[in-house]
Amino acid sequence: MTDRASSDTDDLGRPGFNIRSLNPYLFIFPAVLVMVCGLVYPVVDAFYLSFYDWKIGMPFETAPFVGLSHFKRMIFDADVWESIWVTIRFGFWTILIEMVLGISLALLLEKPIRGASVFRTIFILPLMVSPVVVGLIWRYLFDARIGWINYYLGMVGIEPQVWLGDAELAFFAIVFTDIWQWTPFIFIIIIAGLQALPSEVLEASKIDGANWWQHILLVKLPMLKSIIVIALLMRLIDVFRALEVMYILTGGGPGRATELLSLHIYNRAFDTQQLGYASAISVLLILLVFGLSFAILVFSDPLKEKSDI
Amino acid sequence: MRGVALEKVVKRFGPTVVIPELDLEIEESEFVVIVGPSGCGKSTTLRMIAGLEDISRGKIHIGGKDVTWLPPKQRDIAMVFQSYALYPHMDVAGNMSFALRLAGKPRAEIEERVRRAAEMLELTDFLARKPKDLSGGQRQRVAMGRSIVRDAYCFLFDEPLSNLDAKLRSSMRTELAILHKKLDRTMIYVTHDQIEAMTMADRIVIMDKGLIQQVGTPREVYNSPLNTFVAGFIGSPSMNFLEGELHSDDPVKVKGQGFDLPLSPEMTAKAKRAPRKDVIAGLRPEHFAVNASRAGSSESTYAKIDLDVSVAEYIGSSQFLAATIGEVPVTASVEVGPTTEPMTSGTYLFDTSRLYLFDRESGNAI
Repeated sequence: MTDRASSDTDDLGRPGFNIRSLNPYLFIFPAVLVMVCGLVYPVVDAFYLSFYDWKIGMPFETAPFVGLSHFKRMIFDADVWESIWVTIRFGFWTILIEMVLGISLALLLEKPIRGASVFRTIFILPLMVSPVVVGLIWRYLFDARIGWINYYLGMVGIEPQVWLGDAELAFFAIVFTDIWQWTPFIFIIIIAGLQALPSEVLEASKIDGANWWQHILLVKLPMLKSIIVIALLMRLIDVFRALEVMYILTGGGPGRATELLSLHIYNRAFDTQQLGYASAISVLLILLVFGLSFAILVFSDPLKEKSDI
Repeated sequence: MRGVALEKVVKRFGPTVVIPELDLEIEESEFVVIVGPSGCGKSTTLRMIAGLEDISRGKIHIGGKDVTWLPPKQRDIAMVFQSYALYPHMDVAGNMSFALRLAGKPRAEIEERVRRAAEMLELTDFLARKPKDLSGGQRQRVAMGRSIVRDAYCFLFDEPLSNLDAKLRSSMRTELAILHKKLDRTMIYVTHDQIEAMTMADRIVIMDKGLIQQVGTPREVYNSPLNTFVAGFIGSPSMNFLEGELHSDDPVKVKGQGFDLPLSPEMTAKAKRAPRKDVIAGLRPEHFAVNASRAGSSESTYAKIDLDVSVAEYIGSSQFLAATIGEVPVTASVEVGPTTEPMTSGTYLFDTSRLYLFDRESGNAI
């Protein structure tokens, strides 16, 4: 038995306590502390609040404990279900179009053709704009009276539309704005993934006789699968968090046509001042996001796939 | 002609000329190894033949067809890459059958060809595995299998063994040679390892700075190197070079700091045509010897030479001597049997019939 082994094990060679074995925990402690304060505490607190009927302006000590009644109420709350449905529709269209557009553009602009780098830079600008500013920009652009969109549509003979005042058009507007801001995100991730692909494998596929489509569909995209799944996951989580742009662009209206679940929670908490009930809906939101992420991760296991390359 | 031919091929990357001009003819079913140091243009040459790199000028023919501007898939080639370049998302069978599936071959034929290639390469048990679950040697075999099933006219290998450990490399070398016999296809193999070149090639192409230095059989390039580059590159350990002058005594001698070697009759004839007296003498390490009884007699081609030995490396039946002649560091490899003590400084012998002479200015063989 070596000296080192004997210091880590007892007489029978079984691992014993050693102060050095605590080192790793010591090093990750600060990160864990930040996680607990910034992430775990709010989630636990929301869960805790969801059992109380607490309204703004009321001292928390006086808030009555209501048990699971918020959750029961939620099941039959048509407004909650409506905002979930809006969120699903919003998520479906935005993610679908962002994925297709982002991946296509990345495939087109990947080659070092002249001007590609300039276009790439311009293209990622929306990503750098704060969501509040995005909301403001597009609110003016979509404005029925002074907006550029109606102005240019008018030039080609299309009647001015009340973009943010019509349920269908307002929904289109928030989807469009989201695509404008977040397609670059997919684009950047995919282009980074494309550039990391081993060039010899791509050359092998050319020698094997793959044409342009086969090259992309049978070789490039399958090799990018893990990155695509991670991008999808991040966008999915973002969809449930999206708040600022819709808040400024439509405020959830007209009616509830663009009221995403996050916006619904916000309105419940600060407009109708039902903090306890809003917390209960937040818990539902957290569970939804967690469930979806978990399902995708288990289903595709992107981190394991990564080690293939 | 059939085979592979490069005619006045030029390759530039922007203003940098990588291949100034290259002419090379490779016979059908020949195994040609292109060898040279890093950056000599050998991989670029192979990639131009494959169609992965456009050429700046010239023509490339494969199997009698001008393929200069054809994409890789229309050149009837298969290629094995250094990194194996397997498709990570496909299993072994998928990797091997990919080209055939793209070509729309019937399913039964694909299965049959994959089965045969897998048998040949002992991969039958691994057909359902993904590349990441295979060892380096197995991956290398899959890469070979992928090219074999193609039944291409010409096989290209880009340093395919350099990621393998020494033992595996030597067994794969043998397998490749066997494979070449079985398939009887034109094979072009790029490597920086002169041992791979010497052991496998029908002909070796030695490149340096984008230029072909010599083309010949392993015997030719070892026995009659055209210049100091080839002489130094081929052979292991590499040839020692000593600066000296020709002296027209009888016999003619080459003398320099610490050595004085008579020339053989053939070399004397050549030396008379030498453009100048300033030469470089080339002494291969393996042509040194210790047995003094060989020296002195009239038929003997051995001459005495003093070695100042600093280290003797024991490698079994012979020893590598790190020594100096005059002040020039040299390596000598002497056969002394496995039991001999480490050799020390003293007088050794050199086989003057195996002496090489090069012009000091041009580096060309005399």
